[in-house]
Amino acid sequence: MIVQFICRAIMLSVPLLYGSTGEIITEKSGHLNLGIPGIMYTGAISGVVGAFLYENACGNNADNMNPFLAIAIPFLCAVLGAMLMGLIYSFLTVTLHANQNVTGLAITTLGIGLGNFLGASLVNITKSELPSIALTKTSAFFAAKLPFADDLGWFGEIVFSHDFLTYLAIAIAIIASIVLNRTRVGLNLRSVGENPATADAAGINVIKYRYLATCIGSAVAGLGGLQYVISYASGVWSNDAFGDRGWMAIALVIFALWKPSMAILGSFVFGALCNANNYIQGLGTETQELFKMLPYIVTIVVLIITSMRKKREHQPPASLGINYFREER
Amino acid sequence: MTKSAEIKTHREPFFHVVKRDDMPTYMAWLIRVITIAVAFIIVGILSSVVTGKPFIETYDIMFQGVFGRIFEGRTTMLWKYLQEIAVLLVLALALTPAFKMKFWNCGAEGQALMGGLASIVCMIELGDKLPYPVLVAVIAVTSILAGAVWGVIPALFKAWFNTNETLFTLMMNYIATQIIKYYVYIKGGGSNVINPVSYGNFPAVGMNDYFVNIMIAIFATVLMFVYLKYSKQGYEISVVGESQNTARYIGINVKKVIIRTMLISGAVCGVAGMMLVAGKDHSINQNTVGGQGFTAILMSWLGQFNPFIMVFMTAIVVFLRIGVAKVADASYLNSSFSEIMVGIVILMLVGCEFFINYSIKFRSKKEANL
Repeated sequence: MIVQFICRAIMLSVPLLYGSTGEIITEKSGHLNLGIPGIMYTGAISGVVGAFLYENACGNNADNMNPFLAIAIPFLCAVLGAMLMGLIYSFLTVTLHANQNVTGLAITTLGIGLGNFLGASLVNITKSELPSIALTKTSAFFAAKLPFADDLGWFGEIVFSHDFLTYLAIAIAIIASIVLNRTRVGLNLRSVGENPATADAAGINVIKYRYLATCIGSAVAGLGGLQYVISYASGVWSNDAFGDRGWMAIALVIFALWKPSMAILGSFVFGALCNANNYIQGLGTETQELFKMLPYIVTIVVLIITSMRKKREHQPPASLGINYFREER
Repeated sequence: MTKSAEIKTHREPFFHVVKRDDMPTYMAWLIRVITIAVAFIIVGILSSVVTGKPFIETYDIMFQGVFGRIFEGRTTMLWKYLQEIAVLLVLALALTPAFKMKFWNCGAEGQALMGGLASIVCMIELGDKLPYPVLVAVIAVTSILAGAVWGVIPALFKAWFNTNETLFTLMMNYIATQIIKYYVYIKGGGSNVINPVSYGNFPAVGMNDYFVNIMIAIFATVLMFVYLKYSKQGYEISVVGESQNTARYIGINVKKVIIRTMLISGAVCGVAGMMLVAGKDHSINQNTVGGQGFTAILMSWLGQFNPFIMVFMTAIVVFLRIGVAKVADASYLNSSFSEIMVGIVILMLVGCEFFINYSIKFRSKKEANL
């Protein structure tokens, strides 16, 4: 049972990891993107639409489907859909100097609306009885496991039994961590987030860095939405099922102290907390509802502790949430 | 440096952006009104493309859906529309003092839910024990207190440790949601529904159930306007919002202002929760506020922290929310279509502020020769 619990926690943690890695990349450039929940929704629904069209093009027959295309089409759709939303956000905040919180919240409204509307429209098209859309064939292609996972007992199940999106999430987090801390690009990006005026004076293209960080961050977050639908929910899209994971991903950024490598651990802890209520014996349904508060309470506690300790390396980027206007110095 | 890079650095940009603060108010409003008009045309075009109905007909459905058969003397729909405006408006008003102080209260949802929870608890537990006027008074006091407590917790930590309030208030929303789910589960006997409670409902005035709610909203609008513009506390809020150092320098106790303002903000959110529970639903579930706490953030900002402009903005957004949902319903489409349209309109309004606050100067030959 403990193995099952850990596997489940890892599965739950992956969308959060994608979301928070994406948000960390964005926040490092000085932009607080509260549109992440909407962007993750958009990523999810774009992937679903892509997979749906491809399944239909193949006559809903798994034998006709090319495994590479079955994975590549939803993947690219999710990345592009999420990136487009990131582009709208960065155009408004970077170029038009719009308030970041307001723009982000509007993007969230737009993204959730888009997800629910397109999702319901697909349900209409399929004329299905249930208010959901099942892409089990695409999901099966995504769920391909490493061949030796079953031979290694519990260790294999915990470490090797996941689909490639799980490993990709961890890989992206590690790469992001290395790029941010060990490369010139990362140094430039961090300087843009800390003090854009100084970075600008040093010849760094602040606008380019902010656009790129927001768009790449959005694309990464969009994959989180895709992973949720295709892997966690086994390819079943139903409206509002994604829930508040986007907000949790944003909270996780603080939990991880703006470090992608810490986000791996943090998302696992969140995944475990979200899931703990199912594995504690003898809980009534009403007490389970109270247990579901745990991740939020833990976030608040972390938030308070980091603000009390005031360690310099644990602080958000200094110009987070402030737009940069060159002539306003 | 290579030669080509050298040339590049010396090229004058084709245009550059300059900040302006000289735009007359009427011009600024002209730009906003034009944006809203363009946004409405875009909404009409998109609705007509998606539903396949003629362009003009979509507006017809929108107006019918919002105002009903108002010219035939049937005003039920109109009252519903006003009620929806009232709730969103009170939430936006609640957030305004906090935003003016640059305290990003994203917790209106949770604060309103806690206010609503206090109302429903009073209605269920005390409903048959207290006379009606006392009951309503108790509901009002407890709802206001519940909202204020939920709002002041993040403020205390903000004041003491400078804890990030955006995320703190966001998390408080979800804790409130879980508490509501827990309570609904207990009281609903596992059915996840609390049947409407008949005690402590706001009275219907002249056949109209929502009269009290609408009066509360009007009262709150005027009161908030006066509070922010003419009271000493309102002045302190704007000083703290502009610069905490200035505030400290002129002897304002910043911590006290933060805590007091969030008590007010939370309390007014609590009122919104009471309006939803005692004045409208007579029951509660986790979707009672239904994301309006977030829309209210946008309303407060688009209203430029001015309560009367907020009335105008909420009227437009609620019109779109109800109207476009009706257009989608009429074609058997999902009503989330209205959320997309609201999102687009808000993004356009946010974007149009650029043309009010900045102007684009193109490179002229004269300047280049200097």
